[in-house]
Amino acid sequence: MHEHHEPLIRISKRDGISKPRAWGIRLIAVVLSLIVSAIIIYSLVKMNPLEVYASMWKGAFDEKSLFTQIFTFSFTPKTWYFIRDVMILACISIGLAPAFKMKFWNIGAEGQVLVGCIASAFFMINFAGKMATPLLFVCMIGTSILAGAIWGIIPGFFKARWNANETLFTLMMNYIAIRLTAFCVSKWENPPGSNSVGSIRYQGKERIGWIGDMFKNDNPVKFGNDYMWLVLIVLAVAVFMYIYLRKTKHGYEIAVVGDSENTARYSGIRVPNLYVRTMALSGAVCGLTGFMIVSAVDHTISTSSADGRGFTAIIVAWLAKMNPFVMFLISVLLVFLDKGASQIATDFQISEYASEIISGVVLFFILGSEFFINYKVKLGRNKKEG
Amino acid sequence: MDNLNAIELRNITKRFGPVVANDNISLQLHKGEILSLLGENGSGKTTLMNMLGGIYFPDEGQVFVDGEEVTIRSPKDSFAHGIGMIHQHFKLVDVFTAAENIVLGLEGDKGKLDKASIRKAVREIADRYGFDIDPDQKVYNMSVSQKQTVEIVKVLYRGANVLILDEPTAVLTPQETDKLFKVMRNMKKDGKAIIIITHKLHEVLDVSDRVVVLRKGQYIGDVETARASQQSLTDMMVGHSVSLNIKCPKAEECKDRLRVKNLTVLDKEGVKKLDNVAFDAFGGEILGIAGIAGSGQKELLESIAGLQKLQPGAEITYISPEGEEKSLVGEDPLDIIHDGVLLSFVPEDRFGMGLAGSLCINDNVMLRTFRRGKGNPFLDKKYPAGVAEKIVNDLEVVTPNNNRIPIRRLSGGNVQKVLVGREISCNPTLLMTAYAVRGLDINTSYTIYNLLTEQKMKGVAVIYVGEDLDVLLELCDRILVLCGGQVSGIVDAHSVTKEEVGLLMTQFRKEGAENA
Repeated sequence: MHEHHEPLIRISKRDGISKPRAWGIRLIAVVLSLIVSAIIIYSLVKMNPLEVYASMWKGAFDEKSLFTQIFTFSFTPKTWYFIRDVMILACISIGLAPAFKMKFWNIGAEGQVLVGCIASAFFMINFAGKMATPLLFVCMIGTSILAGAIWGIIPGFFKARWNANETLFTLMMNYIAIRLTAFCVSKWENPPGSNSVGSIRYQGKERIGWIGDMFKNDNPVKFGNDYMWLVLIVLAVAVFMYIYLRKTKHGYEIAVVGDSENTARYSGIRVPNLYVRTMALSGAVCGLTGFMIVSAVDHTISTSSADGRGFTAIIVAWLAKMNPFVMFLISVLLVFLDKGASQIATDFQISEYASEIISGVVLFFILGSEFFINYKVKLGRNKKEG
Repeated sequence: MDNLNAIELRNITKRFGPVVANDNISLQLHKGEILSLLGENGSGKTTLMNMLGGIYFPDEGQVFVDGEEVTIRSPKDSFAHGIGMIHQHFKLVDVFTAAENIVLGLEGDKGKLDKASIRKAVREIADRYGFDIDPDQKVYNMSVSQKQTVEIVKVLYRGANVLILDEPTAVLTPQETDKLFKVMRNMKKDGKAIIIITHKLHEVLDVSDRVVVLRKGQYIGDVETARASQQSLTDMMVGHSVSLNIKCPKAEECKDRLRVKNLTVLDKEGVKKLDNVAFDAFGGEILGIAGIAGSGQKELLESIAGLQKLQPGAEITYISPEGEEKSLVGEDPLDIIHDGVLLSFVPEDRFGMGLAGSLCINDNVMLRTFRRGKGNPFLDKKYPAGVAEKIVNDLEVVTPNNNRIPIRRLSGGNVQKVLVGREISCNPTLLMTAYAVRGLDINTSYTIYNLLTEQKMKGVAVIYVGEDLDVLLELCDRILVLCGGQVSGIVDAHSVTKEEVGLLMTQFRKEGAENA
């Protein structure tokens, strides 16, 4: 009899998948990644994987039960740091969303954040105590947004006018911003010779320009502090961006340009203008994040104020498929893995690189699960129908 | 007994997700015959042939070559069994010569390229079947029909006994088509078996011995060509009787709507794509534009729509139904909208220009109307949803939904219906269409012809760029023929013959060659 050969594995594109099933696949991916990590942990360092996972959890949320923390409205400092880092990362990602949706590869968030930091620090250092504090905040926020926007507009304009490659351009703008920051740090050095700016305080003690201190006494939110402000601002930005991208004419134009530039031209959208306008918005949100880093998080400025998060945000925005709310989820995951990895390193006296293997495995599975959401894989032969 | 069949397919089924592209199809191809595979778009012709060509693998069923069951997993397997497929889109290396393309991918003797013997072999094949081919010509210097010749010689050189031609005449002039058919008959005499995929009925009747009809993935039947007629084949294809007449009533009055003069357009390399084009288009008239693909049709329509950079001296004047004149030179599409010019345009490249493939039907319909409500930053999604609903119902667009599935996922015919429907829904006064029925089945094509005629009767100036000369002659009032970017003639569609138009389509090219 003739033997009928068939391929061993068949891969076919899915015709769309229900949401619960997609999330089911993602959940399986997370569980699998934990199992695989456990095997790796055990075989490499002979440690109890459960203890390691517990340590990761501790790294992010401290030892007090997260459940209690949420329901008593009192977070431990570690949990607040966790929230803070999630907010900053999510905010930069939200800034990237409009540019990416337009398929304008803005790799320059790092620089746009930094120039925002510079603008805020400039006002804090030079004008604290010399103008009313509310006005100081207006200036800090306004100039940070403006600085970020300008940093975004420059590559946008060159792309619009001369079709300059935006990926390289925005990337190079980062280095300019880093050098510019280094220059400012040397100018504002405090104390002299330290090669750092140090905690920015008015006349060495008063915390003017620290957003958490501004409404300290009459703050109605019990657990209010610097980081609560972050949550409020970033949530507002997320809501704004969600509406902007989905419900407005501008957002629609961005979607059309992202799909096909020619289609956009055909329908009367002036693509060059859109590049400039959208990059201004993208840079503005990143600049605003710069303000938050200086005013609410670091209270100082250095070349590592952005700390590579401008690049991490690219992954976040991409994984979230430009949905601002999903960006929070992805940020939670990335920050959790990051904090967990450092905690393991301290707790078990191993190199941080070793603990980052776990992050790698988890990310690998989660990214890999997208394949199974988009494609159907069938193993083995087909049944012959009688 | 089996040996009479060059190819036999038995119970072939192929599914794509929930779609059954081929449902339990069995067919035989006899040795030394030309078999037409006829069917509307989406009936599964190309899918079926791709399984012979090694592009797809059947889910179920068996394939026999010369009576032996075979497994075809790749194009290489397909070649090994002597099957040569010529695809609609040519797969040639532009900077290579014909001969180099022909041997590309073949294993030579110890890595040597013996050009002399290849040339000789190519000449032999050309002489035997009557091909017109120069082995040393570079592909980028070739016309579409020459490229097709290279593709055919390529598979013959590799020893193909069975040739599959996927819509080979779609890009050819009538004269070139005749030449191709002559070659096909010579190949048949030599014992080759040929399958030709087409949906042009007169070609089926002209060239083939037998016709197999597919409809919606199913095998409908086969007939000897001698006993078939255009009407009987159409009925088999569509499943019920259709009238094949395009109505072309005369509009009551024709008003000047568009005046074009001195229109010259260069491409990025500075080559003239349009050369001093001049014509008038009238409201209440369908102006057909004929020409070999790439003769400047695209640039002409895009120039009017404000999407091309014009050379100085060009005049494009729009005359509104009220008699107001407006120059469109130097305006971009937004200026044209702001000027109140009701211009609709169905471009050739659907996803590259007319639509945004990743957006849903509603959002694509919105492309024309999203600016409604001046000063309001928010989108009005309700209005386009209503328009989309009407298009989907009126033109029988098959879609799971209007507001979620990306339009790219719909079949080509349905996509085209949405595009044409949207452009007509804007109530244009000037309607330009490029290959509006490309990829549509017969039924829908006639729906579109009727829609265009309806528009014309409303007083709209319709410009129809087409490729099927039979349709152009029946549908249009006048035909403008483009050749190498120049207007080689504007003729009355009611009195001209197909051959005359075909001649105009190639006339200027010779002059151009002399100049170069």
